Amino acid sequence: MDIIIWSRLQFAMTAAYHWLFVPLTLGLAMVMATMETLYVIKKDEFWLKTTKFWMKLFAINFAVGIATGIILEFEFGTNWSNYSWFVGDMFGAPLAIEGILAFFMEATFFAVMFFGWNKVSKRFHLISTWLTGIGATISAYWILVANGWMQNPVGTTFNPDTVRSEMASAQAFWEVVSNPVAVSKFFHSVTSGWMTGAVFVVGVSCWYLLKGREKEFARKSIIVGGIVGLIGSAAVMLSGDASGIHAAEFQPMKLAAAEGLEDGGRRAPFTIIPGIKIPGMLSILATHDLDGYVPGINDIIRGYTDNDGNVIPSVEKKMEMGRTALDALATYRELRETNPDSAAVARAILDENVQYMGYGHLEKPEDVIPPVGMVFWAFRFMIGIGMLIALVLLLTTWLSWKNRIADKKWLLWTALWCIPLVYIGGQSGWVVAEVGRQPWTIQGLLPVNVAISSLSAAAVKTTFFLFLAIFAAFLIIEIRILLGTIKNGPKISED
Amino acid sequence: MTYELLQDYWFILVALLAGLLVALMFVQGANLQLGNRNLTETQKRMVLNATGRKWELTFTTLVTFGGAFFASFPLFYSTSFGGAYWVWVLLLITFVFQAVAYEFHSKKENLLGMKTFRFALIANGALAPFLVGTAVGTFFCGSNFTVDKMAIANPSAPIISSWGSGWHGLEALAQPHAVLLGLGLVCLTAILGGLFVLNTVDDIDLEHRMRRTVRGFLLPFLCLLISWTAILLIKPGFAVAEDGTVYMEDFKYLGNLLEMPVVIVMLAAGTALILYGIFTGAFGKSKSGFWPAAGGTVLVVMVIFFLAGFCNTAFYPSNEDLQSSLTIRNSSSSYFTLKVMSWVSLFIPFVVAYIAYAWYSMGRKKITAEEMDNKENKY
Repeated sequence: MDIIIWSRLQFAMTAAYHWLFVPLTLGLAMVMATMETLYVIKKDEFWLKTTKFWMKLFAINFAVGIATGIILEFEFGTNWSNYSWFVGDMFGAPLAIEGILAFFMEATFFAVMFFGWNKVSKRFHLISTWLTGIGATISAYWILVANGWMQNPVGTTFNPDTVRSEMASAQAFWEVVSNPVAVSKFFHSVTSGWMTGAVFVVGVSCWYLLKGREKEFARKSIIVGGIVGLIGSAAVMLSGDASGIHAAEFQPMKLAAAEGLEDGGRRAPFTIIPGIKIPGMLSILATHDLDGYVPGINDIIRGYTDNDGNVIPSVEKKMEMGRTALDALATYRELRETNPDSAAVARAILDENVQYMGYGHLEKPEDVIPPVGMVFWAFRFMIGIGMLIALVLLLTTWLSWKNRIADKKWLLWTALWCIPLVYIGGQSGWVVAEVGRQPWTIQGLLPVNVAISSLSAAAVKTTFFLFLAIFAAFLIIEIRILLGTIKNGPKISED
Repeated sequence: MTYELLQDYWFILVALLAGLLVALMFVQGANLQLGNRNLTETQKRMVLNATGRKWELTFTTLVTFGGAFFASFPLFYSTSFGGAYWVWVLLLITFVFQAVAYEFHSKKENLLGMKTFRFALIANGALAPFLVGTAVGTFFCGSNFTVDKMAIANPSAPIISSWGSGWHGLEALAQPHAVLLGLGLVCLTAILGGLFVLNTVDDIDLEHRMRRTVRGFLLPFLCLLISWTAILLIKPGFAVAEDGTVYMEDFKYLGNLLEMPVVIVMLAAGTALILYGIFTGAFGKSKSGFWPAAGGTVLVVMVIFFLAGFCNTAFYPSNEDLQSSLTIRNSSSSYFTLKVMSWVSLFIPFVVAYIAYAWYSMGRKKITAEEMDNKENKY
């Protein structure tokens, strides 16, 4: 395997690993902040002890989340050097803002939250708990602005003098910040984190009920966790719908791969699993119109006319235009100082073709097809697991509210098994988002083969296995510590 | 606001972040004490809990420092991180271990044992300042890279920045001047760590030991700092002509210093503050030497960055191809990005204010041996 594959594997591994910890941080933060609010309002020690127990688990998870976040940031530079330069002007600002506005909030108030019980006032402590969660959420917004931009690069101009994408006006910045893909991704990812936190709280609580321990603690934790999770589930569905519309508009190949749709058309069917289809459903999901046209993989390769009447060229044509852009870029840079007139002509040609410049680096039209099987099944896992979890959350919350959950063993077991499932669902979502947009690091502008660093495959392979060993060790330790803490229990009531 | 002004402003901010990062590396310096055999287990745990409440601030500053460099000078980020691969990966690994070590080390389920995680904290304590210092040291010695922006138009070899050495950054260890700065930083952060523990923990025996630590690191620190500075001021530097051509100029950094009176004042004030902090901590009775020493550190590190980048100097020079050297002008983000980020930077005082408030609120009660026996959350 070559440097591109190893670089991709390393980044994918780090990102997937990071996403094991982030959703629990986002979700558990909301659950325990709500619990602490109940403590401050009701002045009931029960909620204090309950909050402290979940906070202990939060802290174990939080550290690894932070540790893996910095690896991602560094890997942009270490493994994706060309990418870093190409997007630095666009991508750097959201990252810097994330650092200034969110990271410090998260880090500062985490310390107050974790160590400050006897050092600061109740009110300040409660604010700190909320600010830790809010900081993590703001942080998620900015990183998803960056990710959303890679999926739908708005507000950018290619500057041939600096050879990169640039923010050409203050207006462009607002386009980047309010990128519809970023907004829907933010809600989708953060609220899926709420689902993860909720499932964790509900699942662990169900385990206590199965063991006949901590019944009151478990029942009330399920209610708080369940409500957070149900709000999350509703938001995930709504933002998921928006994500589908955006994929159809900005990344039709991703949608075609997620559906395994080779040849598209109007009244396109939605495949539940191979062999079972709902006629016209895909058109409705992708365009909110039964007669909406959804292009398939072959249509995208051959070229098609979209729902607004725009003629989308074939990939071969785009590759031709991309090569023209690259040639014009080389000519422009060669002549810009010695022959300004010829340089201006080259510049005009470049501007005309620049939107397909990334295609100039592809070898054949089929390069634009992502691994269809992986994206197709990941999409189904994500949706199926999401729906199952929403149902389990609804049932567990309702029955806990009615105080009838303890004897529903099948539901307690199901809720417990939802813990690994929610992680599989979350990871599947990111597989759809990231594998589905291959081969692009930036949609249409920069394919992975041009984004890498000038390193040997052996160097990246070494760090890949190094990180794999570290990640595996940390994961095992984290799970062991979490299980140990859970087994030990909050020791609130031994009823 | 002109483009040049924005570029300079962001270089100042990056320098400020670098200064804060080094000052906050008192966490690393203090963690070296975990290897001090004269400390009792309770004292080590007090040290660990003192730094355990602050490490995230250092970590976050490192992330923000990286993010700010990426945002404002992306060509540095892409060239240095992608090229000096092993240095950054090594730094990363020590910080990653440090981040989890606090939470993991005392848990019986931690698989690798307490000693492993304690060792990770000590390793991070020594390696992090050393690597950061040596990396900054290369700002004055040069590195082996080339930058060719035309490459991206060449589908067969499209990478813009290439590193000339197969050691990918580790070759900096063969640059004595850069290594001096790395070692100097290890001593400085160890001193800051000692002063911080002195300031945070209420334990008479530990207090004496920390004063002894500060005294122990004082002489090597002064020797390293003086020799590094002396070499810097007499060595030739990487100057940039008006047309952007980079060339070697004798006594460049001395010239830079003399050209910027404000920087001379900053250097004098910074050095005085560091020495004042050290002397009150090492030989006096005060427990507050940390604050002047940390403030002085911020100033001195900023001076180092200013000498490297201002007065038409290439702050990240290339020995492989002088004209590939990075300057504030040729490596920065665009006008609008810098402008937008400058507006955002107005939030920095607000961020500093709430960090200060949280620090003050948490620090009113000193860490004591009794607290270590309490069951409340601690490491």
